[in-house]
Amino acid sequence: MQKYSIFSLIKNAFSNHENWEVAWKDPTPKTEYDVIIIGGGGHGLATAYYLAKEHNIQNVAIIEKGWIGGGNVGRNTTIIRSNYMHDENGLFSEFGMNLWRNMSQDLNYNVMFSPRGIINLAHSDAQMNAYSRRGNSMRLNGIDAVLLSREEVKKIIPMADFSNNVRFPIFGGLMQPSAGTARHDAVAWGYARQADSMGVDIIQNCEVIGFDVSNGKIKGVRTSKGNIKAKKIGLCVAGSTNILAEKLNMTLPIETHLLQACVSEPIKPLLDKVVTFGAGHFYCSQSDKGEMVMGGDLDGYNSYAQRGNLPTLQHVLTEGIAMFPFLSKLKMLRTWGGIMDMSMDGSPIIDKTHIEGLYLNCGWCYGGFKATPASGWTFAHTIAQDRPHELNSGYSLNRFSTGNLIDEKGLGTKTWIS
Amino acid sequence: MLHIKCPHCGLRSQNEFTYGGDATVKRPELNKEISDQEWDNFVYLRKSPRGNHLELWQHISGCRQWIKVERDTLTHEIFKTFKANEEV
Repeated sequence: MQKYSIFSLIKNAFSNHENWEVAWKDPTPKTEYDVIIIGGGGHGLATAYYLAKEHNIQNVAIIEKGWIGGGNVGRNTTIIRSNYMHDENGLFSEFGMNLWRNMSQDLNYNVMFSPRGIINLAHSDAQMNAYSRRGNSMRLNGIDAVLLSREEVKKIIPMADFSNNVRFPIFGGLMQPSAGTARHDAVAWGYARQADSMGVDIIQNCEVIGFDVSNGKIKGVRTSKGNIKAKKIGLCVAGSTNILAEKLNMTLPIETHLLQACVSEPIKPLLDKVVTFGAGHFYCSQSDKGEMVMGGDLDGYNSYAQRGNLPTLQHVLTEGIAMFPFLSKLKMLRTWGGIMDMSMDGSPIIDKTHIEGLYLNCGWCYGGFKATPASGWTFAHTIAQDRPHELNSGYSLNRFSTGNLIDEKGLGTKTWIS
Repeated sequence: MLHIKCPHCGLRSQNEFTYGGDATVKRPELNKEISDQEWDNFVYLRKSPRGNHLELWQHISGCRQWIKVERDTLTHEIFKTFKANEEV
C-alpha cells in the first residue's frame, strides 16, 4: 500500500494527483470467508481492521448494503469522550481514548482528532453534586475530570447566556479536558483503506437477505450478490439490528429511533469546546470549517426513516438559542437524521449469541461514534477468541434477564425519553 | 409534522401528543407464576419492526386520553387510530 506522507504528496503533485492508488478495492465476493462482518460502518470497518491486525485473521469480508461512509459514521456529530460514571462504560471508553490518540499514526490517515475538551453544564446544586460524584468516579478510573464553577465556565464560554433572567442559570459544569472531536469520514476511510490493504474484502451495495443456520450453528449469509459461506459472522448494523434480528428469529432489548443533527453556516472561530446543555436537550461544537454543529433530542417515536421531523428540530434549536443567544443570528446550512439502536438500559451490547459463530455488536444509542475503535477492538477479540474481552464483558446480551444492567443515565426502558 | 387523528378530538398535530411505545406488549397475567423469560419479554424485548407498528400515544395537550396508532415506521404514514380499549 502506498503510504501517505508529505513526500508522496509532493511526488504525486508532479503527475497532477492522477496516479494515486485507490483507497480500497471493489472485489467480487469469494464463496467462503473465515469471518464476515455485516455492516461497513465505523464499527464494522474497525472490527475487520483489528481482526486482521491483532488476530491475524485476514480472510474477512465486510458486507455493506449502501456505501462506505453513508450511514451513521457519516451522520454523527463527531464527539469523542469517556466521561462515564459506571466502570464498564468508563474503562471501555477510556481504552478507546488511547486508540483515538494514536489513530492518525496507526492508520496512516489524518483523522483530525482534536482533544478540545467537553463541558457538561449544570443548572442546580443537585446537578453540581451529581457531577461532582461522576467526576470523582471518572478520576478513580483514570479519566480526567474537572468540576468548574460558574465563573470558570464563564471564562471558557463567555458567549453563553450568563444573565440572571434565564430558566436554567449556569451553576457550573463538569469538564473532560481530553475529550474532543474527530473527522468522522476520515475515520471510516482510514479504517477501510487499512483493512483493505491487509486483505479484507469490502463489498458495497450488497444487502443481506437471510442467514443459513443449521444445528444451532451459523453457516453463511444470503445476499443480493449471492450466497457466501462463513465460519463466523459478526453483526455491526446499529440502526438496522432489529431488521436482521428478525431474519434470525431473535427479539432484542432494542428499539430503533431517529436522531437529528444540523449545522449552521460557517462563522469565525468562536467556540473551542464541546458544550452540552442537558437540561435543555441541546449540545454543540464548532467544526474546523466554522460551522456550529448541533443536536439534541430523539424525534421520540420508533422510526427507520433516516430523516427527521421539524417539531423536534425546532425544540432543540429553541433550547440552543436559550443557552447561546447568538445562534439566532445564524442561518441553517444543513439538517439530517440517522437511525439508532436504543437499548433498554442505554448501554451497548457486544457479545456472542445463542447461535454458534454469530456475534452481536449493537445497542449504541446515540453514543456510537466515539466508541468506534474500542468497539472494533473488543468485537474483533470476541469473534477471534470466541469469548468477550474483559473490557466488553459487561456489555452482555443476557444482562437484561439477569438484572446486571448498566443504566448510566437511569432512564429506564422508555428509550425515547431523554 | 405528523398529524394524528385522536378518536376523541379529531385530527391534531403531533405537538399535542406524547409517545407511549409499542402497544402490542402485554403485561404477564396477574395471580399466576411468572417466569423470568415472561418478565424479560414484557419489560425489555421489542420487535421494533420496519413498517407497520401499533403504538400508544397520549393526547397530553388535548383530552389526555391514551390512544392506539397504527403507523409505518419507515414512511411515517398513519393508517388508523383506535381508542385505548378498542381491539385492533
